[in-house]
Amino acid sequence: MSTVPPGLRAKRRRSALRTLGFLSPWLIGLCVFFLYPLVSTVYFSFMKYDGFTAPTWVGLKNWAYVFQDNPFFWPALRNTLWLVLVMVSLRVLFGLGIGLLITKIKTGAGVFRTLFYLPYLAPPVAATMAFVFLLNPGTGPTNTILEKVGLDPPQWFNDAAWSKPSLTILALWGIGDLMVIFMASLLDVPKEQYEAAELDGAGAWQRFRFVTLPSISPIVLFAVVTGVIATMQYYTEPLVAAKVASGVIGGSGQQFEPGYPEKSTLTVPQVVYNLGFQRFDTGAACVVALVLFALAMVFTAFLMRRRSGFMSAED
Amino acid sequence: MPRSRRTSAVALAATASIALLTSACTGSADAGASDDPKAKTTLTFWHGWSAPSEVKAIEANIRTFENAHPNIKVKIVKGITDDKINQALRGGGSQGPDVVSSFTTDNVGRFCTSNALADLKPFLDKAKIDPATTFLPQMAKYTEHDGKRCTVPLLGDAYGLYYNKDAFKEAGITAPPKTLSEFSEVAKKLTKTKGDTIERLGFNPSYQAYETTVEHYGSQFGITYLDENGKSNTAKDPAVKAMFTWQKKLLDDLGGYAKINKFRTAVGDEWGPKHPFHTGQVAMQLDGEWRGKMATDAELGFEIGAAPFPVPDAQVADYGKGYLSGTILGIANNSDKKNAAWELVKYLSTDTDAVVSFANAIHNVPSTVAALKSPKLNNDPLYRTFVDIAQHPKSSHAPSSVNGGAFLLTLQDFGISYEQGKQKDLDALLKKNDAQVDKDNEQAG
Repeated sequence: MSTVPPGLRAKRRRSALRTLGFLSPWLIGLCVFFLYPLVSTVYFSFMKYDGFTAPTWVGLKNWAYVFQDNPFFWPALRNTLWLVLVMVSLRVLFGLGIGLLITKIKTGAGVFRTLFYLPYLAPPVAATMAFVFLLNPGTGPTNTILEKVGLDPPQWFNDAAWSKPSLTILALWGIGDLMVIFMASLLDVPKEQYEAAELDGAGAWQRFRFVTLPSISPIVLFAVVTGVIATMQYYTEPLVAAKVASGVIGGSGQQFEPGYPEKSTLTVPQVVYNLGFQRFDTGAACVVALVLFALAMVFTAFLMRRRSGFMSAED
Repeated sequence: MPRSRRTSAVALAATASIALLTSACTGSADAGASDDPKAKTTLTFWHGWSAPSEVKAIEANIRTFENAHPNIKVKIVKGITDDKINQALRGGGSQGPDVVSSFTTDNVGRFCTSNALADLKPFLDKAKIDPATTFLPQMAKYTEHDGKRCTVPLLGDAYGLYYNKDAFKEAGITAPPKTLSEFSEVAKKLTKTKGDTIERLGFNPSYQAYETTVEHYGSQFGITYLDENGKSNTAKDPAVKAMFTWQKKLLDDLGGYAKINKFRTAVGDEWGPKHPFHTGQVAMQLDGEWRGKMATDAELGFEIGAAPFPVPDAQVADYGKGYLSGTILGIANNSDKKNAAWELVKYLSTDTDAVVSFANAIHNVPSTVAALKSPKLNNDPLYRTFVDIAQHPKSSHAPSSVNGGAFLLTLQDFGISYEQGKQKDLDALLKKNDAQVDKDNEQAG
């Protein structure tokens, strides 16, 4: 091992300190807003803690309760996975489809772009309430129209089999964000590549498959990853939809149990909230939060590793 | 920057970060109150009322208190939900409440065991107030948990039966039913169908309809939810089975789950003018005393009556009882003005004039024995029905539990699956309910 002259060592230390100094705003942010909460979540998951009295060590009790005995955890996990698979894939397909259509339109593209983007700007609570009203089985205009044309309409948010599809429709209605991203990427595809493909006799599907898709694959990946993470944190819409559809919207001290109807709109973040802030069980809430964190990490890691499959060679 | 100063700056920053990261605020057990109630101070009072008339009534009440206590100013925050209360009681801080009120009586157990709300016993003792004789006994009972009193009742709610007198006349029914078998017959008689749809429902027994929860039926059957050891008792208590069986039979007789659920989802909002009882879509409604005022304000085109909700045939001697709940009032344990806060709590919950005027203004049932006897109390016969229900010795509220009302919500969930016909074996279902409730309570305890 070579000895480093003291002057050089001091210089290195100064340089390291300077680097740390410049990094410190981000480092402090990382520690305060990510590392400390993460470490304390792990710590509290082994504690009995109601938020008022000092925490006490209970070992794996909270973990056992969540995985074996909590009546909400598994239904919520199933619902969240359903939403991740169905809602995310449909949102990507729908966003890409609308983007393709609008880029193909010669006249009035601006109007359609605005029309499709506007719903995205609606506050989620207001949008959800409006949807519950529109899809109300008895008084909503949707079912009135469906009955008039002789169909037997579903109960939408009031039926366990239809509540998640109803939420998916709501999510597709607010597709504006993805549509704009896809449109930008579609307009970025070099025109000469299309022309070359056409000269080689490629049809519309082949042009899409061999020219468009490879060019926009990073954007598709981005949409899928951010979609998966957002859906894992899906909270506001199902909670509002369940509350409004069930009719229990406060008043006489009736407690509302999330997930109406029959736990079908229960998502993992709602379980975290229910345990931590309604049942005063911070320990079990931390367990569920950690499971959610781990799942999000696994999903993202899987998608990023599969990246090579999505990306074209030069990406 | 010279090196020594830079080093000390780094050290200071590091120390500050460590201090910041390792500090966690936790509540403490009640350490009594040391503030001077005569000192000039401002209290923050959170309440859940939001209707303009109710907000005005509570404000008027608070102004009277301020006039009597010139040193105390009260900052009122309206429309507060339980979730907000829970957060504030944990967080504290200068913007947090000193005095809170909540409509969720089921949460008393959680508030008391977690020390979120201060123990009121020392204050009551000092003021020589005996809760057992000052408040209505059942209300005194549901505002404490396991012998610990962390809340007092601030007005109460009594539940009974509202009925459409015109519909009764039309069907040839002369008096409100007293037993549940009579009630089921009347409900069937009042139901009108047109083809496959229900035009008018005599009564909607579904656990998912307005106010017809397991808990609200439970008082009529006299359910013992928890045994003396705090274990769930529903599989052993024949009253639970009787309630499930009666409700399911009535639901099936009136058209079955699918039909009634379709009807239920098509009616108006519970708190709006299009409530199905107001529109005549439902002829009988289990509800609290407020419904009478709401119905009167909505200027219905028909006459309404009120009576106690019927009881099982074997308990006809107890006819007149009902489910009770109400608003609870407590002092935040993290408040540093507990003595001043107690002055406000004492005034709101025990001053007869304050209780009566507030009860009259918002059409709730008074919670003190003196206020119930007051000649100033509203004389409206509809309202008086509920005052009588509140005073019935057998009227009750579900027991307090360490896990709040979770055990009731669990039973409600099982009730819904039973009414849907998804689970047919009632014994097995109630055993499952007991197992779940016990696991949840063990986790919370």
